[in-house]
Amino acid sequence: MNSSGETVNRDARLHGSGIFLKAFLGLFLRDLRVLTRELIPFLLRVGMQPLLFLFVFTFILPRMAGGNPMASGAGPSFGTIILPGLMAVAIMFSGIAAVALPLSSEFGITREIDDRVMCPLPLWAVALEKVCFSAMQSIIAALLVIPMAYYIPAVPVKADVANWFLLALVLVLASLLAGSLGLVIGSTVNPKQIGLVFSIIVVPITFLGCVYYTWAGLEKIRWLQIGVLFNPIVYMSEGLRAAVTPAIDHMPWPAILVALVFFTAALGRLGLRGFLRRVLS
Amino acid sequence: MNLLIVEIESLTKVYESKLRVVAVDGIDLELKQGEIFGLLGPNGAGKTTTISIATTRTLPTSGTVRINGIDVVKHPAHARRHIGVVPQFNTLDRSLTVYENLYYHCRYFGFSHGQAKSRSMELLSQFLLTERKEVYPAQLSGGLAQRVQIARAIAHRPAVLFLDEPSAGLDPQSRMAMWTAVEGLRKEGITVLLTTHYMEEADSLSDRLAIIDYGRVLALGSPEKLKSTFGAQTIFDLTLKSHEGLEPVIATLKAREDVTNAEATADGLRVIAATSEGLLPDLVQMAARFGLRDLKITEPSLETVFIQLTGRDLRE
Repeated sequence: MNSSGETVNRDARLHGSGIFLKAFLGLFLRDLRVLTRELIPFLLRVGMQPLLFLFVFTFILPRMAGGNPMASGAGPSFGTIILPGLMAVAIMFSGIAAVALPLSSEFGITREIDDRVMCPLPLWAVALEKVCFSAMQSIIAALLVIPMAYYIPAVPVKADVANWFLLALVLVLASLLAGSLGLVIGSTVNPKQIGLVFSIIVVPITFLGCVYYTWAGLEKIRWLQIGVLFNPIVYMSEGLRAAVTPAIDHMPWPAILVALVFFTAALGRLGLRGFLRRVLS
Repeated sequence: MNLLIVEIESLTKVYESKLRVVAVDGIDLELKQGEIFGLLGPNGAGKTTTISIATTRTLPTSGTVRINGIDVVKHPAHARRHIGVVPQFNTLDRSLTVYENLYYHCRYFGFSHGQAKSRSMELLSQFLLTERKEVYPAQLSGGLAQRVQIARAIAHRPAVLFLDEPSAGLDPQSRMAMWTAVEGLRKEGITVLLTTHYMEEADSLSDRLAIIDYGRVLALGSPEKLKSTFGAQTIFDLTLKSHEGLEPVIATLKAREDVTNAEATADGLRVIAATSEGLLPDLVQMAARFGLRDLKITEPSLETVFIQLTGRDLRE
């Protein structure tokens, strides 16, 4: 064992980036281990909200007599409108749950982050690993919504993916964006206030994120239509709309991609700054 | 082999805030391969800051630290491969079992699955933790958690292990067990830098030690050398009811051949002497006039060296 350990050391010295890659992989495997141990809670966490949402708004309400405005007015197509929206919400919530919540406690009393910060990897890569791992969870969460939307609503909602490449790109970008947002929250908010952050940031950006309505539908409320352009969730919802339900009115996809990249970069940078401030004095 | 594993040169760290704090004020240290080196000083002396800088967690204001020849500021990620750290607090991964804490630590350092597995098993048996491999850190006592932390810190075979106040918060039994573990590392040839404010710990564990205070190295050498160089002396601390008229007494005491120094303290009088022979009865007699309340005699030890160097108790 001794000799093989020394081989590891010598090899690593020769291939600096090799060890970085292995360290990154090690962190990813650790997160994967923790996730698989909590697979059922994970699935419940990401699945419950879209499940109930679809059940109430696309199964119960349309069957209720007496014309609930939302049910009758929006009719069966409401399911089609909210499918991408619910995917966006799933992405964002799991991004925050996978990065912000663990980080804020690991930075807190337990200082568990220390061992990972001490691995032979640049600090930015430790933060990047967190974001990438959360992106993986976000993608799973988003894909889970598609079968739900098919089976639950009174009128099945079918995903109509014409451009798989666009879907993959939007999913990955949106998930990285959500992870970056999680990094910002996790590294700047103290654990006691994380509940407050949900109420004053996460919930408002969800409700104003073109999740339950399309951006084009805001036409008559011009100030709001412009106002929400500063909300990154809008581009996640609209991007998924463009990819999953292209028949519904949506923003032009090149604009969406540019905005997603911009917000990911901006939030990633901010989050990394917060992360470095927490681990390096 | 006289390889230098840790080289600290003119290290300073100044915290600029409302209050300007000079935590480290020009420290120079060199650790040779395989030695156990103690940094001894009171709380706030700059020990932890020095370790934080050396372990890439704090950026120095000036000066350099090299670990195994690698500059920790210029190449922190590479330097970390040669560094093992046991921090003051339990930072074990709460989501992983004891075995997994070791296993994934090895993976972070580039071990393959097989290597990580066998190294973890080896460490579990070395640190008598095999029975507890499936236990989560939250279920461990302070002493056991500390042992897992030491095992984890040396898992990737670092060149140097930093132990920051390793016995803080441990019961005496766990402290002894921890000392045994550190002694065991000596046999493996690992260089160890430990900070402590426990004299006995520094005295019994370190090959060499540096006494630091206010961010500066006051003395450096083996415990024996420090005790002989700074003429480890006996210290008499007298608690007196009345402090009036002490001056002439102090002058008389200073004039004695066996007394090195005598001074007034907040409680009464402190006398530093080469020997207690003959002095003790005189002191008691003299102090009776001032209402002697208590007399504390500190036998020659690192503690007396420390008091002589800094003028204050380590635990003050």
